[in-house]
Amino acid sequence: MQMTMIEALNSALALELERDQRVILLGQDIGANGGVFRVTEHLQRKFGEERVFDTPLSESAIIGSSVGMAVYGLRPVAEIQFAGFLFVCMNQLASQAARIRIRSAGAYTCPLVVRAPYGGGVRTPELHSDSLEGMFLQTPGLKVVIPSNPYDAKGLLASAIADPDPVIFLEHIKLYRSFRQETPEEHYSIPLGKAKTVQEGSDVSIFAYGAMVNVALEAAKLAQQEMGTSVEIIDLRTIWPLDEEAIVHSVEKTGRAIVVHEAPRAGGIGAEVTAIINDRCLYSLLKPVGRVTGYDTPYPVPGLEDYYLPTPEKVLTAIRHVMEP
Amino acid sequence: MTIQQIDSSSIPYQILDPEGNLVGEMPDLSAERMLSLYRFMQLGRVFSNKIIALQRQGRATTFGSLAGQEATAVGLAAPLQPQDWLATSYREIASLFVKGVPIPTVAYSFRGFTPQNWPAESHCLPIQIVIGTQMLHAVGLAMAAKISGDPVVSVGVCGDGATSEGDFNEALNFAGVFQAPVVLVVQNNGWAISVPRPKQSAAQTLASRGQGFGVPSRLVDGNDILAVYDIMQKAVERARTGQGPTLIETLTYRLGAHTTADDPTRYRDSAEVESWHAKDPIMRYQKFLIRRDLLNQDRAQQIVEELEDEVNEAIRQAEEMPPMAPDSFFDYTMANLPPRLEEQRVDLLHYVDLKD
Repeated sequence: MQMTMIEALNSALALELERDQRVILLGQDIGANGGVFRVTEHLQRKFGEERVFDTPLSESAIIGSSVGMAVYGLRPVAEIQFAGFLFVCMNQLASQAARIRIRSAGAYTCPLVVRAPYGGGVRTPELHSDSLEGMFLQTPGLKVVIPSNPYDAKGLLASAIADPDPVIFLEHIKLYRSFRQETPEEHYSIPLGKAKTVQEGSDVSIFAYGAMVNVALEAAKLAQQEMGTSVEIIDLRTIWPLDEEAIVHSVEKTGRAIVVHEAPRAGGIGAEVTAIINDRCLYSLLKPVGRVTGYDTPYPVPGLEDYYLPTPEKVLTAIRHVMEP
Repeated sequence: MTIQQIDSSSIPYQILDPEGNLVGEMPDLSAERMLSLYRFMQLGRVFSNKIIALQRQGRATTFGSLAGQEATAVGLAAPLQPQDWLATSYREIASLFVKGVPIPTVAYSFRGFTPQNWPAESHCLPIQIVIGTQMLHAVGLAMAAKISGDPVVSVGVCGDGATSEGDFNEALNFAGVFQAPVVLVVQNNGWAISVPRPKQSAAQTLASRGQGFGVPSRLVDGNDILAVYDIMQKAVERARTGQGPTLIETLTYRLGAHTTADDPTRYRDSAEVESWHAKDPIMRYQKFLIRRDLLNQDRAQQIVEELEDEVNEAIRQAEEMPPMAPDSFFDYTMANLPPRLEEQRVDLLHYVDLKD
């Protein structure tokens, strides 16, 4: 069935609620309103207010109480309305959810999923567009998943809910309704921690995720037309743990690498991917690794966000750079 | 002062009943001042309607309707002196106008840009989005005024949903412990997007929250401009004279959608909305002013028309202001940009040049 990412996520949640009585959904405006982006549309009607419910307006309490429910044995899937508001619950995420297992030496676990829309390009107010995955990369104990298309979104969310540890599941706002894709109506899962080769190539590897996968694809097309460059595109899909084998395998083949993300550059995913390449296949590199990212500034106001975000032109420039003889 | 008696009963303080009849003691207000309050209330409504219309035409960014809450927004700001501080949510733009923030400055922000001429002397913090967080800033401003020995009061405003946030409760606690010269106002408009007030807190009133923190509190009819003004005036005075903080809950209603991105027909009953239209704060005050011979229908209509011209002119000015420079988000990241950010700015300007 052709689904948008919204529909694919809704389908995944409905199937998990059906399959597993332990699964519950909580968040702000996810009940009658179906979530501000409608990801939870009709789920309260279908599964009842006991299992799909609105909470008071308190991000920290949503995550903190989910920690308790997860320890008890439920499988809470919490929605935080916009990823920017995850700052409000960093204590519960980083100091608590991520540490239940290690603090109790495995006596207790925290199988919790936190879903949050993120990402720029749709003219939202402040803190509605920020990409915070770099912060979670620095939060040992959490997994971080970012799908780039409806099919992956559904399969990855199923795995996130089944996962024995807390998972941050970030959904790019711009991808929610931008395209449809053939997506099975039935349950399936895609393993966490596995990247996907979106396009095979021999000259340069681009590592991207979320909305940046399509930006990389456009840039690859331009590079092919302009210079006949053969670009390989790897969709990382899981930001932590990173699929190191996929990164190394691709760089060993192409000898050139570019990382693309809209989060700030300093200490981000790009820095980590570059470090992995340095650690494991430095001598395969023909050129230094390129990074096309957001700038090291707060995410700007709507009128300026197009200047902040990576574009196919910026990625093309990076490709030209690494392809210089 | 009546405010010192903690009254967290569920009977809201009222001076005008919904029909605009005087049912309490008139605060000390000149005729001119009373009309000025009316004008600011209408300004809030006109501005809100105008920006929503612009948003529909693709000329403005997301906007949260102000309609129905004008009595609280105007009444809470009117007793403040120029040196007093105000930290609001996005629903109190009329308060900013009362405090002297120019209309074009605010309108410019809804073009998706940061106003470059925010009047620092207005002592209004720019609107911030994270729910309830500004209440702690208000308390901090008040603590600083007290530490500095200045006769300065600070006001923090949030909605009913914000009372569920940790920051709100922590702000109340600090306000009480440090006896900060602050007034914390909760605009209870009945809805936090789709979540109705009874699902926000099991407490009968939000004003009663003050009791647990040792902060005197008062429940007020938030659609009664005179009641809001009167209570605020007393609470501000209390703060200024070293008698500590006050919590005020104003009972009002969000007549419009949460924002232009929201569809309230999905979650609330139109009959409820209609019942609150009948309690419109502007109409209530207008009836009162007409009865007092301070206003008549023709003059009221004329005022609205004048304000529409004023807002149209302000929007024209905002639209004629130059857009922010593409690289201007680097300007205010920090006082001195490290070399790496200067390099990033050069990188951006390279792409801007390519486009030109």
